[in-house]
Amino acid sequence: MSAKPDQPYLLRKHKTEEWIGRGYTTICVMFLIVIIISIVYFVASKGITTFTKDGVSVSEFLFGTRWSPDDNHFGAFPFIYGSFLTSLLAAAIASPLSICAALFMTEIVPTWGKKLLQPVIELLAGIPSVVYGFIGLSILVPVLRDTFPGQGIGVAAGAIVLSIMILPTITSIATDALSSLPRNLKEASYGLGSTRWQTIKGVVLPTVMPSILTGVVLGMARAFGEALAVQMVIGNAPHVPSSLFESASTLTSVITLNMSNTVMGTAQNNALWSMALILLLMTFVFIFVVRLLERRHRL
Amino acid sequence: MKPKTADKVATGIIVFFALFIVAILLGMLGYIMVRGLSHIDWHFLTSPPQTIKEGGGIGPQLFNSLYLLVLTMIITIPLGLGAGIYMAEYAKPNRLTDTIRLVVEVLSSFPSIVVGLFGLLVIVNVFGLGFSLMSGAMVLTIFNMPLMVRVTEQAFRSVSREQKEAGLAMGLSKWKIITSILFPVALPIIVTGTILAAGRVFGEAAALLFTAGMTTPRIHFDDWNPLHAASPLNPFRPAETLAVHIWKVNSEGIAPDALEIAAGASAVLVIMVLIFNLLARWLGRALYRKFTSIK
Amino acid sequence: MKLKKTFLTVLTLAFTLSLTACGTKDTATTDSNTSGTDKPALSGSILASGSTALQPLVDQVGKKFMDKNSGVSIQVQGGGSGTGLTQVSGGQVQIGNSDVFASEKIKDEAAAKALVDHQVAVVAIAAVTNPEVGVKSLTKQQLVDIFTGKITNWKEVQGKDVKIAIINRPSSSGTRATFEKFALGTKTEDLKGSIQEDSSGTVKKLVTETPGAIGYLALSYIDDKVTALQYDGVDANVDNVISGKYPVWAYEHMYTKGEPDASTKAFLDYFMTDEVQNGDITELGYIPFSKMQVKRDVEGNVTK
Repeated sequence: MSAKPDQPYLLRKHKTEEWIGRGYTTICVMFLIVIIISIVYFVASKGITTFTKDGVSVSEFLFGTRWSPDDNHFGAFPFIYGSFLTSLLAAAIASPLSICAALFMTEIVPTWGKKLLQPVIELLAGIPSVVYGFIGLSILVPVLRDTFPGQGIGVAAGAIVLSIMILPTITSIATDALSSLPRNLKEASYGLGSTRWQTIKGVVLPTVMPSILTGVVLGMARAFGEALAVQMVIGNAPHVPSSLFESASTLTSVITLNMSNTVMGTAQNNALWSMALILLLMTFVFIFVVRLLERRHRL
Repeated sequence: MKPKTADKVATGIIVFFALFIVAILLGMLGYIMVRGLSHIDWHFLTSPPQTIKEGGGIGPQLFNSLYLLVLTMIITIPLGLGAGIYMAEYAKPNRLTDTIRLVVEVLSSFPSIVVGLFGLLVIVNVFGLGFSLMSGAMVLTIFNMPLMVRVTEQAFRSVSREQKEAGLAMGLSKWKIITSILFPVALPIIVTGTILAAGRVFGEAAALLFTAGMTTPRIHFDDWNPLHAASPLNPFRPAETLAVHIWKVNSEGIAPDALEIAAGASAVLVIMVLIFNLLARWLGRALYRKFTSIK
Repeated sequence: MKLKKTFLTVLTLAFTLSLTACGTKDTATTDSNTSGTDKPALSGSILASGSTALQPLVDQVGKKFMDKNSGVSIQVQGGGSGTGLTQVSGGQVQIGNSDVFASEKIKDEAAAKALVDHQVAVVAIAAVTNPEVGVKSLTKQQLVDIFTGKITNWKEVQGKDVKIAIINRPSSSGTRATFEKFALGTKTEDLKGSIQEDSSGTVKKLVTETPGAIGYLALSYIDDKVTALQYDGVDANVDNVISGKYPVWAYEHMYTKGEPDASTKAFLDYFMTDEVQNGDITELGYIPFSKMQVKRDVEGNVTK
């Protein structure tokens, strides 16, 4: 830079720099928006054809229980049910475990608990889903087959695999919430002579509950969208299961199984796109719920 | 007396479950390593897979995974940085900004299979890129960009106000302040976040089934011209990554040692993720030390 | 250069091996070989996608073809039969590989008609069971009863007292279509509690591990870990398929949109040479198309 500042030149330089910077970053953000609009547009326009072109009624698709594409029966209820069932079960298994892990790190042994569990949680989050599926099929399924009725493969296997996969999500959010808790809150409780468990139960957990719920919903969202690991262990029968140890399907497992075998534009293929659309819409629902929880938390 | 017992029981339960989680991880890692490590040697890591014979390796898959990662990052980093800087420095607190934030949140929570299908429909078929590394990289960009945006935004926000004001006082333009003052300070956090996001690329399979394909054509590791069809660097060839290979070997493999290959490949994958985690921490810390020592 | 030489040696070796395997047809083989080198140099790139069952074969043959015709580049992608047919119809690839006739997948008649079928190999499918069930042979009616849920225990078909666990394929699967059409003779509903897997490896693993399991696999996947059942008393083996005694088999198709261009046609012709039919195809566990003593049309009518 020259020693003597040349005012108009510098100003002009400033302006160009500003223009470049602002332009570049704005383009990047525009790109994000274009992506999301095109994803929603393309998936929705494909997903809707089931109802507009193939004449399947929305209620049959959502609530029909007969999935038999060869006879033009496109009842996707077993898959929707399977997705909700597995992700709810997974959340039910993972939540208590995650809360315990978070409490362990923040309340029980804050000194070394975090050093032990934090890497464990991060690694669990980093293990690829195909590896989870592989382990599920090699270890979990034989164990379930030997201890419970049925063939090992089924809803329970899917839910357990999913629960381990979403454990890190819930744990890290719960841990963040617990460690951001103001110190005096707990001290007041201890001051009243409460034990640690009384403090946790009476003060700590109620205060952080909305955040934990956020974590649970986010975990469920992940479980809902997970494809390969579930497909490997759930069995994929297109029926509403009558027991936890019976083969069932989820939206994602049906899509992965059939997408590559069907030709684009056929009714069955379109029905698969409709299921992808449901997955997409559910993402919005989950985010809406999370936002709702966060708003309540802020109040 | 009673609350004390309850306290002890509760503590016991919490500790038990916490250790249980550790046990799950150790059990899984142990299983993969015991099954897989014995199968890993130089030959396994470098030779191509075999269809029906024993002794196939994962060489091309390992290369594909790494190369796909590089391609993805080449696309993701400039875009993610730009959008993140916009969110941190240019965005005004208004409706539009809230919407963009929502977009980032939604994008990062789309199921990978849906994004993969979108890739199949638009990138593979409409753009005509076919099953290729490029299609795969573009789809992975969709996953990674939201992460990059968030990391960048947080990193820039963590820079202290004084540093920014010092720049303003020196009469620098906003963009100059961003690039030459804020960026170096924010870099350690960005690097850590980027590497962690990169680990996700490594493990992704569902989206790649539909975009990068499940095949690896014969590639010549002595031809590095990206324009040649058989060159490993050609971004328009189909490429099966390590994670996809595990999926395929596990389900379609007819080689007699398919199970060992799946275990070995899983072990390699997990080790790579471990390396990424450690690298992220180490590099972040090293950069942080370097920049703080300059000040 | 060195690489090419070793490859040539390997090729010659494989060649001699295939020659000794079927010594009668040596004149034809040499013939096709010389005519291949006489042709003007081919050029262009061929993209094939589709069936994962056919992909290893096309891949391997493609590599050989490229060695003979250095001007041609062939890329083979998977994606499944449906994807292959979608992409060949849409013109994104030159060849769409499929396990089933295109007309069974594509409902739009005009689109299906535009595709030209090139049958290159045959895949036979056999019902397999867990070795523990103690059954060696089933009749067609027994199979139908099992897959429709009328028979639920192996003791009803002279096996042990074990519940039957069905390992099926998804309704869109080509393997299932073949099995239902030629083994059962009827479409079946998906039974409650039955397991569905698309991939042969997983089916095999589950049949091996699950007590009382029954499934069906291509012959190339069958080994001593599972029991291949006789169908109406006929062994599921290559000879019986070739002679037409064993009916559960299907063609592997390579579709082109309209008539193929010169290099694609040469590639497809190459598949029909004895070198490929008796070499790669047999090696990878398919049954050579050229050996088949029976033919079958779309409707499933068999002619000698």
